[in-house]
Amino acid sequence: MKINSLIKSIIVSGALFGAGFGALAQESSIEIVKQSMKPGAEPPTWVSVSGFTGETESLLRLDLYVQGFNFTNAENAQYQIIGSNSGNLQGRVTDRYNKNTLLSKAYSGASLLQQTHAFVDEFVRAIGRQGIAQTKIAFKHDTGANSEIHVADFDGFDGQAVTADNTIVAAPAWVPHKLALYYTSYKLGNPDIFYHDLSTGQRRVFSRYSGLNTAASVSGSGRVTMILSKGGSPDVYDCNADGSGLLRLTATRADESSPCWSPDGEWICYATKVNGRRILEKIRATGGTPERVSTSGVLSPSEPDWSPDGKWIAFTSQMGNFEICVVPANGGPVTELVSGEDPSWAPNSRTLVFTRREGNRRVLSLLDVPTKQYKDISRITGSNSQPSWAK
Amino acid sequence: MKAIRFVTLIALGTTLSFLGAGCQPQNLRKIPGQYAATPEVPPQGMIIPSAPPSESTSGLIELPTFPGHTNWNENAGQFSADTIHFAYDSSVVRSGDKSKVEDVANYLKANPQTAVRVEGNADERGTEEYNRSLGERRALAAREQLVGLGIESGRVDTLSYGEDKPVDPGHNEAAWRQNRRDDFILLTPPSK
Repeated sequence: MKINSLIKSIIVSGALFGAGFGALAQESSIEIVKQSMKPGAEPPTWVSVSGFTGETESLLRLDLYVQGFNFTNAENAQYQIIGSNSGNLQGRVTDRYNKNTLLSKAYSGASLLQQTHAFVDEFVRAIGRQGIAQTKIAFKHDTGANSEIHVADFDGFDGQAVTADNTIVAAPAWVPHKLALYYTSYKLGNPDIFYHDLSTGQRRVFSRYSGLNTAASVSGSGRVTMILSKGGSPDVYDCNADGSGLLRLTATRADESSPCWSPDGEWICYATKVNGRRILEKIRATGGTPERVSTSGVLSPSEPDWSPDGKWIAFTSQMGNFEICVVPANGGPVTELVSGEDPSWAPNSRTLVFTRREGNRRVLSLLDVPTKQYKDISRITGSNSQPSWAK
Repeated sequence: MKAIRFVTLIALGTTLSFLGAGCQPQNLRKIPGQYAATPEVPPQGMIIPSAPPSESTSGLIELPTFPGHTNWNENAGQFSADTIHFAYDSSVVRSGDKSKVEDVANYLKANPQTAVRVEGNADERGTEEYNRSLGERRALAAREQLVGLGIESGRVDTLSYGEDKPVDPGHNEAAWRQNRRDDFILLTPPSK
């Protein structure tokens, strides 16, 4: 482990300083290719944090913790993070093993919050991972008898209300690479799917057939899958971004739910019921015969979400309580992670946002899949559920 | 790529703080344009024939093309005694509840100008979108019974609230039993 880390930090330093580490870099890139995520079975990356104060420090720690870092003193840390946040943010990251400085930067412009997000992203990228500190989530916010859609930074800052429909609004789904959402609103007296462009504030009705229109999910090319019941039972459909080309993919008496896309747009995975037992299936987005997605070992799977790297499907298992689980998309053992439901992958394919039930409240929480470290998004108050991570 | 996204977020943030004088509940700011024109008409040209049903769909009764009974008057009281309840995770109408469905059918037969909306609901023990589909399945089960009793399918709308509209907000079996239900809402034509 230590050797791996050492090699990894050398490759990064080599990239930074440009010369002298060519041979080592080649060797270590082989190491990196070998690494594949082990859900719930990896140790955290130890870091020390000093010099930061107040909200900036707690934000920094939250953002790192849910990406698999944990905190120790400077002697035991693999990476030492030193800085200050008086006025603007300054930060320096040193690798303890080879004493190299990975990153040293003073930020200006935007807010301290955004500077902190940028710093966390640069550190995470400097050790070869994908940063998520500047991404957003959307979620259903309970307002009593009703609910509305809100969006916020993934760590809960900068929350904004998207809808003010004074009815039930649910199931938000981001359009990849756009500040736009699909969601289900009962505003017109029926569960209909709306498309809402957050950059202009304009929205339109996307799907308003008789019966149920819900659970939209958007592919990388903008095609939409959703649940409609116009054929006499809740079934999986998909169509183009303008609503044309509607295909009915399932035609069963069972109650299908929560379709999601494979990142290549080839497959749609969803929950259904066969002989009274809930299972996950996948079907080609152009139609065909459904294939079972094995979730052996756990019961009653629903709410699948396919990781952006294509390797994993996260889902909720219901065995008395709800459990967040992951399974390799091409088959393999299921790993049960933590209690909770409705997982949504971050763009880094390792962090999930999910919902925990706590008494009468539903709490949004962030989970680092390899380390199983999770933390509630305490800045998002009230009762919230159905999170969707922008990708 | 990252830089572009960051700039977009800053731009969004700036726009929001510029326009965000009116605070919303939870001190959340409003997305600009929320009250701008929101065309609330069904998208045109979207109704496309479904794929031919397979064998497993036998007995499914297609829903009418939208808009059904938009703007009709709703009367929740007429059939309040006819609410039917379901077993956990089931959408089978219990034999003991069939007389309630018959009550509704008899009223509809005696009042041919009326229609009904079946509202399906689930308890909270299930994931949210699963329950939205289950609630719809429950509403459709009652609709199939009404059609079987001779009511024209075009007179029966369905609507699922999933677990979002419990009659009892408790977290125990007594509450859940009440929440796994179909309510029947009488619909009468809008007065001319």
